[in-house]
Amino acid sequence: MNTYVPGRSWLHILPASVKLAGLAAGMVVVLLVDSPAGIAAAAGATALLYLTAGMVGALPAQVWSLRWLVAGLVALQALTSGWAAAVVVTGRVVVAVVLAGLVTLTTRVVDLLDVFERVLRPLRRLRVDSERVALVLALAIRAVPVVAGLAAEVRDAQRARGLRGSVRAYAVPLVVRTLRHADALGEALVARGLDDPAPSAR
Amino acid sequence: MIEVRDVTHGFAARDILRGVSATLTEHRIAVIGANGSGKSTFARLFNGLVVPREGEVLVDGLSTRSHAAEVRRAVGFVFTDPDAQIVMPTVAEDVAFGLRRRGLDREETRRRVFAAMSAVGLEIFADHPAHLLSGGQKQLLALCSVLVTEPRVLVCDEPTTLLDLRNTRRVLEILQGLPQQVVMVTHDLDSVGGYDRVLVFDEGMLVADGPPAAAVGHYRSLIG
Repeated sequence: MNTYVPGRSWLHILPASVKLAGLAAGMVVVLLVDSPAGIAAAAGATALLYLTAGMVGALPAQVWSLRWLVAGLVALQALTSGWAAAVVVTGRVVVAVVLAGLVTLTTRVVDLLDVFERVLRPLRRLRVDSERVALVLALAIRAVPVVAGLAAEVRDAQRARGLRGSVRAYAVPLVVRTLRHADALGEALVARGLDDPAPSAR
Repeated sequence: MIEVRDVTHGFAARDILRGVSATLTEHRIAVIGANGSGKSTFARLFNGLVVPREGEVLVDGLSTRSHAAEVRRAVGFVFTDPDAQIVMPTVAEDVAFGLRRRGLDREETRRRVFAAMSAVGLEIFADHPAHLLSGGQKQLLALCSVLVTEPRVLVCDEPTTLLDLRNTRRVLEILQGLPQQVVMVTHDLDSVGGYDRVLVFDEGMLVADGPPAAAVGHYRSLIG
């Protein structure tokens, strides 16, 4: 999960709604590609987007973070459908994730939330609170580094006590800490008034 | 002004607060007491995080029971652990997040966010990932995210417990300079010397209430 990297590129300036629409269109195109050559072209176009957005330095890390997913998908597809299908299916996933990563690298989360709120606003008639949905999305994004940090702390504590191989000794404290964090975060959100109705909604 | 009227609160067989009454009008108020004495629960009464089982809490005449949203707009709350208060990925976004339901336009939001970050020295970290800040910077961010909403009262529950000496001083200096009424729960007895009033809690009861020297002296005698 990426966080916003400040910049002045054309992609940074582009409205979040346009970027999300472009991302959706890009996903459709990637899904329609059904040959290794097409995947290579899509990957090249994605790399060009990173280059022109000044984000090319972030590209290797983006791809590297998918290594286990890639390994699993390639192995599964190669065994069941052959090498060409493995390249196409895995390539689709990698290009799609890396494209989405470019949007989060060049767009502030608040701008993304504003778009989600606008898109979901018609659902208010069905009593869907669009701001609350946007808040849930923000919390999901925030949860990634938080849980990663908690996992690192638990792993360190486990090593310090010589419990390196124990799944239970890793999972139980991680779940407990995550739940405690969720409790504290909920209390903080209430304290900040984020659970209260917006003035216009009252 | 905060009025606590004969508040009793607790869970099952155990009362955490017992018959507590106080009227808080002073600019700087500290709350001290041993772990489990009820001081954090007392502080949580002020913005409706805890609604008492018996009794009533009024903030500027508004009951925390019936006017929770209005009270929360008036009373900001800073917790001990800043990690649990940070919601958004970057510093500026987190500060701005508290203003989302305030109906402000983008320019006013931007102005307020920059002013709040500048007040605590975080403006140079505006686009920095919040989770990569140091512990002290995270607490400043938590404080900033509350101050940007311009509360009339600020309640801080042990805001310096997890900080080193330098960051503790920084947070205390900022709190000291605020125009708001500040209520601070703390174990740091040295930091309450300049306060107008200190409340001492023991086993859920308000056992001493007065100027810092007398109140801290009473607390020291309690813990032997």
